[in-house]
Parts: sequence; C-alpha cells; structure tokens
Amino acid sequence: MTDDLFQAMAQSIIDGEVEDAERLAREALERGIDPLDAINKGFVVGVNYVGDQYAAGEMFLPDLVLAGEAMKAAVAVLEPEIARRGTEREMLGTVVIGTIEGDIHEIGKTLVATMLSTAGFKVYDLGVDVPVTAFVEKAREVNADIVGVSALLTTTMVKQRDVVEALEDAGLRPKVKVMVGGAPVTQGWADEIGADGYSEDAIGAVALAKRLVGAE
Amino acid sequence: MSRKIKSISDPRISLNILSPEDVQRIHTATLDIIESVGVRFPSHKALDIWEAHGATVDRDTMVVKAPGHLIEEALKKAPPVYTLAARDPAQDLPLDGNHVYVGTDGCGVQIIDLETGELRRSRLQDVADIARVSDDVEEIAFIWTPVSAQDYPPHTRSLYEILAIWENTTKHVQTESIYSEEEARAAVEMAAVIAGGKEELRKRPVLSIMQCTTPPLGQDGGSLEAALVAAEAGLPVGFMTMTSCASTAPATLAGNLVVGNAEVISALAMIELAYPGAPVFYAAAQTAMDLRTGGYTGGGPEDFLFGGATNVLADFYNVPLSMGSFATGAKEPNWQAGVDNSLSTLMACISMSDMLLGVGLLHGSRIWSYEQMLLDCEIYDIVYHMMKGIVVDDETLALDVIRAVGPGGNFLAQKHTKKHMRELWVPQFMDRRPYTEWQEKRDGPRDWAREKARQILATHEPEPLDPKVSAELKRIIASLEK
Repeated sequence: MTDDLFQAMAQSIIDGEVEDAERLAREALERGIDPLDAINKGFVVGVNYVGDQYAAGEMFLPDLVLAGEAMKAAVAVLEPEIARRGTEREMLGTVVIGTIEGDIHEIGKTLVATMLSTAGFKVYDLGVDVPVTAFVEKAREVNADIVGVSALLTTTMVKQRDVVEALEDAGLRPKVKVMVGGAPVTQGWADEIGADGYSEDAIGAVALAKRLVGAE
Repeated sequence: MSRKIKSISDPRISLNILSPEDVQRIHTATLDIIESVGVRFPSHKALDIWEAHGATVDRDTMVVKAPGHLIEEALKKAPPVYTLAARDPAQDLPLDGNHVYVGTDGCGVQIIDLETGELRRSRLQDVADIARVSDDVEEIAFIWTPVSAQDYPPHTRSLYEILAIWENTTKHVQTESIYSEEEARAAVEMAAVIAGGKEELRKRPVLSIMQCTTPPLGQDGGSLEAALVAAEAGLPVGFMTMTSCASTAPATLAGNLVVGNAEVISALAMIELAYPGAPVFYAAAQTAMDLRTGGYTGGGPEDFLFGGATNVLADFYNVPLSMGSFATGAKEPNWQAGVDNSLSTLMACISMSDMLLGVGLLHGSRIWSYEQMLLDCEIYDIVYHMMKGIVVDDETLALDVIRAVGPGGNFLAQKHTKKHMRELWVPQFMDRRPYTEWQEKRDGPRDWAREKARQILATHEPEPLDPKVSAELKRIIASLEK
C-alpha cells in the first residue's frame, strides 16, 4: 500500500528518525514510486505537521532540527533518481549562507540553514569565517535568490555591510536579496547597511526568506 | 475528569537556616515566656480547659501561664501526619512532610475586575469565579477563601463563601473567616453533608480551619471557640501568627520567632488538651513593620527568612506548617510582586513547608488580581522545577552524546536531546519572544495571564456539586439567618 508507505515517511520525519527516513526513501525507489511523490506526499506531510505543532507550542526547536535532518537524509537518497528521470524538485528558492570572516560562531547560522532547507529552500552553507568574496562568487555560481550573512560580534558585524556592497559591485543586486542575523544585529542595522531583512531567530528567518522570494 | 495537582515532593535542594541548638534555644525561650509572662486566651471555654489541666489562669486579664511540660506533653498528642480531604478523593492532600501544596491567598476585600479592569469591592460571585479558575489550575492544591463576600450578611458570609467554593471546585477547602462558635457549628454540619456524615467527615475532612492569633501573646476569643468546635469534629485546625518586627514583636528576628511561637504552640496545646489527637497545624506569616509607615510590608528579607525558618520549628513540634508566602505588598503585578513572591515562595518551599498561602492577592493580601494569581502559579512552577535539583547519573552525564557531538557541533539533533528536552522548563508567561515581535505587539505576561483567566472562566466546567447537597447546605445557612 503506497498510502501506508507515505504515512510511514511522514511519521519518520515527525519522529526525527534519520535511519527510518533513509530506509523508507530506498523502499520507495525499489517499488518504483516517483521520488517527487515520495517527497511531496510522504516526507513533506511530516515536515508540515512538525511545523504546525511547533507553531501550536506542542513541539520544540530540537523537534524541528531532527525533522530537518531526517528530511535531508531522505532527499539525499531520492535525489539521484530525481535527476535520472530528468525531473526537478520545485524549491522555494536558492540561499547561500555563512558566518562572516573573522567570526567562527556556527550554531545560529547552521540552525537557520537547516530550517530553510526543511522549509523547501536549496541551501548552500559555506560554513564559518567566510570571506566577503566567497559569498559573492557562490551567489553568482548557483544563481542565488538570497544571501544570508551571520555575525555574532560587533567587530565582525560591520562586514555584513561589505557583503551588501560587494554584491552591488558585482551587479547582483537587487535581484539577490541579503538577510542578516546574529546577536548584535538589529533591524536598525539591517536598514542602515541596506540589507533586505533581519530576523532574531531561525523561525523568523524562514518567514523572512519566504517573504523575500514572494512565496508568502 | 479532575485535574492532577502539582505538589513538590522528594526535594533535592535544602537549606541550612536554624541549627538544632538555635531551635532548642527558641523553644526554651518560648516555654519561658508562656510560663512566666503568659498568653491571653479571652474565652471562658478556653480558660476552663487550661484550668482543668493545671495552668495558672487569671480570669480578669484572661492570661494563661502554663508550665513547659504541660505544653510539651500536649503537643506530643498532635498527629504528625494526616490528610486534607477533597470532594474528589484523587485530589486529597497528604500532609506527610514530603509535599508542598499551594493554596489561594485570602481574604481580600477588593478585586481588579477581570472584564473592566476596575478596582471594586469583592462579592460572592468573585469567590465562586476564583474557585472555578483554581479548580482548573494544577498548581493550586486547595482553595482558601480568597475574597470576602461583602454582598452577604456578616454573620453568615463565611458560610456562603465555603458553599460557593464547594460548588465550584472538587479540591480541599480551607477558611480563616469563621470566628464564632455558631458559624463553626454550621460549617461542620455543612462539611459533614459533603463528606457523607459526621464519622466520614472525621476520616475525610473536606474542610480545614485556620485562625489568627492576636500578637503579641494573645488569641481571639471567638476564633478559639470556633477552633474548638472544628477540632471536636475532627477538622484540621491551624493557628497563624503574623508577628511583626518592631511593632507586635521585638525588632530582632529571633525575638519575633519566640513571640509568634508562643502564640501558636499555646493555641495548638490548648486544642490537644481539649481533644487529644486532633489534627492541628502550625501557621505563620511573620514579617517586619515598614519602618517609615508602620505598615505591613508583604515582603523583604525578614519575611523570606521567616519563610525558610518556620518549618524548622514546625518540624521540631512534628506538626504540618502552613506558611505565608506570595502576599506581595505591590499595588499591581509588577517588579516588586515578582521579587516578593519569588523569594518568599522559594524559601518556604526549600524548607518543605506543607502548605503555602497563597496565590493571587496584591497590596498585602487586600486586592485580588487574576493576573497575579496565574503569574504566582508560574513562580511556584519555577520553584517546583528547581526543587528537582540536579540529577547526576550515567544518563544525565550524557558522555556518549558529548562524544558523538564533539567540539564545535551542536546537541539539537541528538535523540538524547529529544528524550530529555521536555524536562526543561517551558514558561507560560515569560516573554522570550524576539525583540521585534514584542516591539510590534507591546503585550506581555499580564496580558497573557488575564487572557488565560478569561479563557478558563469561559470554558472550565468543574464537577458540579449534587443539587440536593447544595440545597441542604443552603438550608443549614438559612437556619442561622432566622
């Protein structure tokens, strides 16, 4: 029963069980199920459920992250088959994200990347201590819709402005939107440097990214 | 279905506040005062009891001087453990030294109206509404008559109040508003109807009675006689001292404890002399006078220390304690209310006071606020979680998980995290939102608490009291009105 399989897929996301999600994805391939159906009728149903439960206060951030990890694992199994069939998973947009150079604070940026990926964005995570030029090059290479720049220090935060300016110099603005985040960052700072958006937490970052690509 | 009750038990943190030597000195000093100075018992019934047991009684001044051994012998008869019964037996409260229960505060005279926000005189419907909200809130274990039903005649008011509480909650009811023998007899009769007879009531006391002492070193006659009626019927009876440093007690804290202790243990001893083995409890809300106004403070370091110290005394006498905590002097739910009620509750809980009084009142137990009530419940909930302490074992040391994550990773996606995260405290009313969200909405804990109280009142249906029982209780009250 395909419905049972789809249901199990959703459940694996809800439970945040990476191994289950991978196994169910392989099972779908063995049974010749369209991998896009597996994603949209199976795994995504679980992602949406977790999102709703979180919004209702019933589930917490680790639930979202675990769901995201399980989703990522399932998609990784399905991706080769999606490519082989010449089909493509419809994404909300492409995001290049990283922590700015001189700054090695990772967790907030990684959390945002995971949330964006779970929400349906194609995410390129450049890691930490990322030079300004690396953001620009990657954005051009993958035809990014959004560049996300994280900074935890007031001393590194100033380089978020450099990223905005470098994207402008490269002629990628205003097509490529810039979102900034990190503890010292405020909406006022985002406005001042000409960034397109700011969010204090990962949940808000997803809403912001959706708004920036016109998905909401 | 009845709500479960959130009580503190098996505490993992403790307090070192009075040494055994300190307690012995306070006890010896107290007996000295009772024997040499005496305590005023302005009731001939009470004086008769003392006289019959060999105490020195002055009928003119109504002061009793009792030898230390008489007090000690009498207190030994008090049961160390008993249960406060509830209409719903699942909500019974064993006073066994290993539980802390929270009640509503009392007895306020004004209320901040939940709909209009206006300050007005309290009435019977408020008692009913507060009981109904309390019925739904798991932090609240028993309901103390929270506000005065000033729209009802003074001599039966306290009875209408307990009726309104029984009609709106299945939890245990306690009152400190019964000060005459006649009212006490009616209350006992009402409680017996609820319990299903006088013998059943003795086994399952669904009502307990608290009386206040009259510091320094005095009792109230009507209260004593009401307490005797209750004790005879097997209802738990407590005496509360509210000795205040520099006005009704010495300015020094130890001296305050001696005066209050003399009042409470002399009253409890009298009950045990009259009805050996009657369930009694120690009750206290000692404080310090405000040095500028002479007024009641409702908080401050002295109050917090008394909150921590008094259960050491109650344990010495091997009786349960009802401790005054919360009771802020603040005029509205604000910074002062948060500080007062957090520290008083923490101190009273760390020493495992059996009952805490209580949530909901502002301005030194005068003004009821539903917002404060639910915010107080959150304070208790924080302390409840703190009392669980820090468990150190293989599972909680989590070495495997630390190894799996290693330097620089994060613990968000670990199964161990998912397994244990719900042990972490999640607030109902703390504002932990992003700054921008607060900036946009400009709301906060008070708004959310008010909203929750409204929602409970709009939706919560307590297990109703049998209409026949209700009618019978009303008949008992009416018989006093003839």
